[in-house]
Amino acid sequence: MAQTIVEKIISNNVGYQVRVGNYVLVEPDIIMAHDTTCAWALSPFKKIAKRVAVRDKIVIVFDHAYPSPNVQAANLQSEIREFAREQNIPIITDGICHQILVERYVRPGCFVLGADSHTPTSGALGAVAVGVGSSDIAIAMATGKCWIRVPQTIKINITGKRRKNIFAKDVILSIARLLKSDGANHRAIEFVGPIVEKMDVAERLTLTNMAAELGAKCAIVASDAQTEAYLNNQGRGADYSLIKSDTDAFYERVIDFDVSEMVPQVAIPHQVDTVVDVQEIAQQRIKVDQVFIGSCTNGRIEDLEVAYKILHTNKLADNIRLIITPASNAVYCEALRRGYLQSFMELGAIVTSPGCGACLGRHGGILADGEVCVATSNRNFQGRMGSAKASVYLVSPEIAAKIALTGYITDTLL
Amino acid sequence: MNWKFADNINTDLITPGRYNLLLDFDKLKDIAFIEYRPEFRGSVQCGDYIIAGNNFGSGSSRETAVLALKACGIKAIVAKSFARIFYRNCLANGVLAIEHDCTRIACEVNLTLDIDTQTLCDNEGNESYHLHIPEIMLVSYMHGGLLELLANYGVDALNDIYSFK
Ligand code: SF4
Repeated sequence: MAQTIVEKIISNNVGYQVRVGNYVLVEPDIIMAHDTTCAWALSPFKKIAKRVAVRDKIVIVFDHAYPSPNVQAANLQSEIREFAREQNIPIITDGICHQILVERYVRPGCFVLGADSHTPTSGALGAVAVGVGSSDIAIAMATGKCWIRVPQTIKINITGKRRKNIFAKDVILSIARLLKSDGANHRAIEFVGPIVEKMDVAERLTLTNMAAELGAKCAIVASDAQTEAYLNNQGRGADYSLIKSDTDAFYERVIDFDVSEMVPQVAIPHQVDTVVDVQEIAQQRIKVDQVFIGSCTNGRIEDLEVAYKILHTNKLADNIRLIITPASNAVYCEALRRGYLQSFMELGAIVTSPGCGACLGRHGGILADGEVCVATSNRNFQGRMGSAKASVYLVSPEIAAKIALTGYITDTLL
Repeated sequence: MNWKFADNINTDLITPGRYNLLLDFDKLKDIAFIEYRPEFRGSVQCGDYIIAGNNFGSGSSRETAVLALKACGIKAIVAKSFARIFYRNCLANGVLAIEHDCTRIACEVNLTLDIDTQTLCDNEGNESYHLHIPEIMLVSYMHGGLLELLANYGVDALNDIYSFK
């Protein structure tokens, strides 16, 4: 029977051909938790087990509040450290969990289980990557297994001729505008089409990352030459394999999405699916206090490059805080090598250590009452980045950089 | 009483990230809807219901969102629909999450839930809703959550989930 890529990967994992709607027990290849979700996994784990079942598959990343900004976070981390020591699991501290997974662990065809809602990110490499909560990750650590229901797949076929100033971020914001925040709840999304084929892995990661904002269980791009190039670049060429859907596979829905007419997009407060053209609100000249370039959505070297090109010969707007947070140490070092970080700092930007940072309002750029922030991250929920009275707008790195120069929400520098 | 919420209530609203840095189940009571619905934590009572619109519990996977409502003693969350991870977290923790449109129910109406007949009715006898609770939710709820079930019967009980619907 013809299968989608998602059905194939799950079938391979369980060893028989699964069908949409089946409840199955998968054995994830990667089991990930971070400093917040792992903390809440400890007591569930202790309830049901003494030793982890699959030590080699477990990846614990400290990224959400690292280095810890306060005593509570420090105490949580020290409890996790103790658990990790007992179970002989290393703790990774050099970047955002999803970025670390794609840089070092994920390969096409694998099944990733992560205690974080943006786990679908890893699907950009042709993997099935599903987000869960702390209890489910505790169960997976204890048993090596996780129950899931085989999802329907929505195919999003991205076509047309993309203008130069249109990025993956604009495309996915625009898809959120169309499908809304529960448009893919319980479903898998497969991104296909000529535009996706031309995107490098960095851009694909932005698509799969924000598929979580549509409620998707997982999001995936078939592996191809781009995937291979990326893995080669990471020194992991041997991890490459070809995996794609059968041509006659059944999809719950096929959406043709033409980007030819697209202009830069912005999600306005306080929902990710409340998206408008940047032009539509530009004439309001909304004054911005903070610009954040970073996160698992847009904190990669390609994103910093886009920002650098706009920023480096210019001057920041008065009274703007520009915070730049590379997604991982690898990204940080590359940006350092290329001179981006020096340039950002000479401009007066704040370059923080890799991690989640300002994205979730825990440290490194918390917003005050009434402040306006423009961010390249994936969520603008009320209170997400600090005060519940602050407003967050989501854009691409190019628009964020332009706003850092103008001081108000716009898509032009004039 | 019933606490009514609109569509798309995300977990950042239920337990905001900045208040989330603790591991004490009981203390979660004090942060439920702390900014979004400040009167909630002072007045919520054991046995209250949450009645919500679409996509309840969207956003972050944080389990504190479910645990905080459990700590408050919420009897059941009845929403038009739930976000996927939130629903899983309810299953894990034995919090009854029921998909049904009950948004016409008023805040002050007292409700009775009959699990056997899967009906929710108001005590004045004016309205009764026939629910459909999936087997996996029923079984986990009866056992105090999947985690509790695995604690009592051993982790191999996970294999039985195959037969759930
Ligand atoms: S960068 Fe933001 S969205 Fe990404 S994992 Fe960290 S907190 Fe979550």
